[in-house]
Amino acid sequence: MSRQLSNWEATRLVTARELKVKIRDKTFLISTGFLLVFAILGTVVPSLIGGGATSVAVVTGAATEQLTAAGLEVREVADAAEAERLVRDGDVDSALVGGVVLALDDEPGDVVSALSVSPEVRLLDPDAINPGLAFLVPYLFAMVFFFTSLMFGLQIAQSVTEEKQTRIVEILVSSVPPRVLLAGKVLAGALLAFGQIGLLALVAIAGLRLSGSEQDNGVSLLNLLAPAIAWFLPFFVVGFVLLAAMWAVAGALVSRQEDINSVSTPVQLAVMLPFFGTIFLSDNKPAMTIMSYIPFSAPIAMPVRLFTGDAAGWEPFASLGVLALAAAGMLVIAARLYEGSLLRTNGKTSLGAAWRSSEKLSV
Amino acid sequence: MTKVLSVSAVDRGFAGRQVLKNVSFDVTAGRMTGFVGANGAGKTTTMRIILGVLAADAGEVTWDGRPLTRSERQSFGYMPEERGLYPKMSAREQVVYLGRLHGMSAADAKRGADEMLERVGLAERADDKLETLSLGNQQRAQVAAALVHGPEMLVLDEPFSGLDPMAVDNVVTVLRERARAGASVLFSSHQLDVVERLCDDLVIIADGTIRAAGEREALRDQYARRQFELAVDSDLGWLRDRPGTTLTDLDGRRAVVELEDGADDQELLRDALARGPVRTFRPVVPTLAEIFREVTR
Repeated sequence: MSRQLSNWEATRLVTARELKVKIRDKTFLISTGFLLVFAILGTVVPSLIGGGATSVAVVTGAATEQLTAAGLEVREVADAAEAERLVRDGDVDSALVGGVVLALDDEPGDVVSALSVSPEVRLLDPDAINPGLAFLVPYLFAMVFFFTSLMFGLQIAQSVTEEKQTRIVEILVSSVPPRVLLAGKVLAGALLAFGQIGLLALVAIAGLRLSGSEQDNGVSLLNLLAPAIAWFLPFFVVGFVLLAAMWAVAGALVSRQEDINSVSTPVQLAVMLPFFGTIFLSDNKPAMTIMSYIPFSAPIAMPVRLFTGDAAGWEPFASLGVLALAAAGMLVIAARLYEGSLLRTNGKTSLGAAWRSSEKLSV
Repeated sequence: MTKVLSVSAVDRGFAGRQVLKNVSFDVTAGRMTGFVGANGAGKTTTMRIILGVLAADAGEVTWDGRPLTRSERQSFGYMPEERGLYPKMSAREQVVYLGRLHGMSAADAKRGADEMLERVGLAERADDKLETLSLGNQQRAQVAAALVHGPEMLVLDEPFSGLDPMAVDNVVTVLRERARAGASVLFSSHQLDVVERLCDDLVIIADGTIRAAGEREALRDQYARRQFELAVDSDLGWLRDRPGTTLTDLDGRRAVVELEDGADDQELLRDALARGPVRTFRPVVPTLAEIFREVTR
């Protein structure tokens, strides 16, 4: 009727349960819903407020092609009087009447520039990132990594503590090894974090498309970001595993949810310091170079350096290698600490006690 | 053919305190073995070592003559003393989940869970979240979780604590069925009357050492102290001065006496009959509580 499970099969069962519980959790659903709504608001609303393309009324024939080519919404009218009336009623943003541009209270810059002759501009450093983006992108990577590793990491710790608090952990470890539980929880956390970020990204891109702002900044921004994002993903996943292992240990050290805070300070620092470091030092190149090799800050700093074009081609590979080694090492250490503290259901366990007592566990 | 789980010469200490000293006993298939001891005597530690949740400092646990492997342990059913399930999951879901962690297929686990929940009388509440069930019903869910995969060996730490008498009967029935089907059942309890009613074999532990182990009836015979109850129509005061006899209890016409080794119980009966009619004359069988007190003294 039953047979020996492989560790991988058992890990999948643990992961599946964690996912199932989370996906039914109302708090999680509501917070995800809010994030998605914000993503839509953030991408669609600005273009709605901007009102889309400027509309301009012209008397039939005059400069229509020139204006349409500039991406303006051209409306042909019979005479100058009607054009003026449309502007006054607010039906169009502006009108072109006999070489004069009419508008209500605000100079329609795009109409003016469509009709003027601009001098040719030659950029000497065409690849340089505009300063707004240069500030925004590190901020974006840092925020995403910070919030997901804090939120999903804390949830891993809570789920570990819940099993200790409810005492089900002893039944669990009598059927599967503790490191399988650890792996299942880390995997489930990573999948959830990754899934939520993916969903958010999809909604944001769809929002950009829908709002029609892709021509001017959406797609070009995405194209600009694509290589950095492509590197951000593996860094994000490996970096998350590194932190998730630490969160799981924090959860295993205590026996009540209320006590998680008191033992998770080191993990919180490992999440927070890189966040502030990469934001405040984002234009300090030596600092960013160092941070892009420190495992905790690498997931933010290296993609940023790739975005700003400061990293050589081999650098992300080297940094990802260092990060992967750190994550693997942390998993080994965490597995031992986890085993050593999981069955101590009275009060708090010190790291030293957890490290020593795992030798006494047989599983 | 019957499988035997043997605990052999197991030692275990915690932070310099020796909790188990040279613990050895057997649990035989198809029999219910009661494991009795005071709080802190070492019952839970022994059970954790059998399940592999803790390692022994010395000694070993064998199953059918060979050291226990992890896969064999995985097929065991375990109900720890400190127990609980996921509060936000339904009873059915967690019994299915634990069945699957014990290696059952999804379909087998579903079927097994429904069957066990029915057996322990929880079928109607099976889809309710565990936290909404009464403590007694949560306990029934625990029993179902320990039994769902049809284990050959059951280790139950205080399975009856917190159960009302009806639930105790219910669980006892389920455990008896498992034992009759060939499973070994090791259960601890400090409710000696329940153990007395339920167990075929008995293991008594005190201060980390096994004080007595064996078949319940054999232990009774072994610890029977040659006591007899005697009831007659007249006064029994003469027993005080009778050689070879110690009076342990005298209540007018009823008395309990202990005979010295070599003294003939029939001679005692003849003496009594010589003084008048005898209403009762029977050996006093020691209760489990008396044996327990005797061996742990």
